[in-house]
Amino acid sequence: MNIFVLLPILIPLITTIGVLLARQRPRLRRNLSLGGAGLLLIIAVELLVLVWRDGIQVIQVGEWAAPFGITLVADLFSAMMVLLAALMGLGVIIYSQATAEQRAEHFGYSALLHFILMGVNGAFLTGDMFNLYVWFELLLIASFVLLVLGGRRDQLEGTFKYVAINLFGSILFLVAVGILYGVAGTLNMADLADQLNSLPSGLVTTLAMLFLVAFGIKAGAFPLFFWLPASYHTAPAALLALFAGLMTKVGVYALVRVFTLFFTQDTGYTHTLILIIAGFTMVTGVLGAVAQTEFRKLLSFHIISQIGYLLMGLGLFTTAALGGAVYFMVHVILAKSALFLVGGIIYKLRGTYNLKQLGGLSILYPGLALLFLIPALSLAGIPPLSGFWAKFALVQAGLAAEQYVIVAVSLGVSLLTLFSMTKIWAEVFWKDQPGKETPVQAISFIPHQAGVSMLLPVGVLAAILVVIGLLAEPLVNLSLLVAGQLLNPADYIETVLGGVL
Amino acid sequence: MHSMILSTATRYLLPLLLMFSIFLLLRGHNEPGGGFTGGLVAAAALVLYGLALGLRSARQLLGIDPRMLIYVGLLTAVVSGLLGLLSGQVFMTGLWSTQTLPVIGKLGTPLLFDVGVYLVVIGVTLTIIFALMENETDSKTGSLKEE
Repeated sequence: MNIFVLLPILIPLITTIGVLLARQRPRLRRNLSLGGAGLLLIIAVELLVLVWRDGIQVIQVGEWAAPFGITLVADLFSAMMVLLAALMGLGVIIYSQATAEQRAEHFGYSALLHFILMGVNGAFLTGDMFNLYVWFELLLIASFVLLVLGGRRDQLEGTFKYVAINLFGSILFLVAVGILYGVAGTLNMADLADQLNSLPSGLVTTLAMLFLVAFGIKAGAFPLFFWLPASYHTAPAALLALFAGLMTKVGVYALVRVFTLFFTQDTGYTHTLILIIAGFTMVTGVLGAVAQTEFRKLLSFHIISQIGYLLMGLGLFTTAALGGAVYFMVHVILAKSALFLVGGIIYKLRGTYNLKQLGGLSILYPGLALLFLIPALSLAGIPPLSGFWAKFALVQAGLAAEQYVIVAVSLGVSLLTLFSMTKIWAEVFWKDQPGKETPVQAISFIPHQAGVSMLLPVGVLAAILVVIGLLAEPLVNLSLLVAGQLLNPADYIETVLGGVL
Repeated sequence: MHSMILSTATRYLLPLLLMFSIFLLLRGHNEPGGGFTGGLVAAAALVLYGLALGLRSARQLLGIDPRMLIYVGLLTAVVSGLLGLLSGQVFMTGLWSTQTLPVIGKLGTPLLFDVGVYLVVIGVTLTIIFALMENETDSKTGSLKEE
């Protein structure tokens, strides 16, 4: 029974409704929200195990057979992304217990978080281009509302940029879907993989470029990333952790999906272009980050830079490179979100995200400093943390593919990443707080005023980062399996269409 | 602004519009119509009532918070999908009764789904429009106070 393919969408939906119905009763609402997120995590683990053991799982909703009906597909890549989404969802929902304002909750904060999870999971699991569009819209609309909750002036400004550019991306996406349907006569992804082969490759490449731009906007790839740092820095840290961890990655997921499954006619052109974009994305992102002095802005630029690495794996288009990109995806989602969550704790302690006004935290709270250092160094790629293996795999694949320029760029960017992380370290943790005396001893190991609900998610994320760094092999093997499945879509197509054609 | 013509006409129009919306809802799964259009017509009827007789009476007529309609409607739609699952088939599989009723025709889960859509559309539309009407009355009284 492949009910597990459906549940990652259904559970957040039912939780959303439950949370909305219970909005007058805070205790019940909180328990429902936490319970729903916990259940989702369990289901996501089950789904990954199921797909790993028994192969790709398909569900034809309403028993309308593919390619005519709505198809939900869980291959290893989807299942892995769903698991990551569930993990981030639970973490952020626990964390939000401490940070979400009463006012935001009144407007349905937790309900919207679950709604986003539904949209994200739907995008990961759908086997149909039009449904992918619908899921994108669902999660974007929920994210618009979440970004603007609070109604401050800068929030409205940031959200406006976010809405405008993302709606433009959506229009482009929808137009591309329409043309694709006109050309191929189908929107089922597996069916598309069959149909597009019989079309002139120039036409297919044109379509591929339309999707590249549409998904590039969502993913925050060069040169379409500018909305991201312009809007992300106004949101609270818990939300940013979710957005940074998931929203842009949905765009990357969509790129990987379409450029491995059916836009593979002219890889010499399309994937080389992706590789070039990857290089520019890395460089501009990290250069932007180096120039920032605001915690959230700096990290927002970093998101972009990391997207470049993911695209590099896609652009190289070998099993090793895609495997590296998949491993990198796991690593970057965890590390990035952990950093934003640490930022939230610092904000709770000091009431500011401005690096210039912070300081002295490494002496006051050594534990917090450690929680920052693990994801920060991991992101910079210091062995033996996860980022090192991720970059190592990508660089190795790049050398094997003889793409020396992108390898050099990625190594240089890595160095700059380290530089910008040490910048945060020096400003927030090491230097004395401006206008305050140098503290001589720690107040406590960890800041107790942050509470368990803030510290626990960060701690767990940091622990996972250490574990997947020290014991990298199982995850690397899984990533290579994922990559193998992506590069040989015959199995995927066969499972979805079930020998219909 | 109170118009005798509008408020009198509304008293007769409201039941007609509501009946028409139910008619659209019931034929929707086979013929043009459906939960979405039906819901819009019902919401339009209530908005008309609100314009003619005031927002407060429209809210009283509705009886519950329009947002509640959204939640209940969503739940109904989910349940209509789950029924297929519970009977051992795939999610969202249409289940149909064997007997046909007069006027309505066959009963089935697609109709239940449409009812869910109907409620959600009424809920969303009224939540938005009532909020806008409220703002308008607020700003009017506000400006009166200033004068």
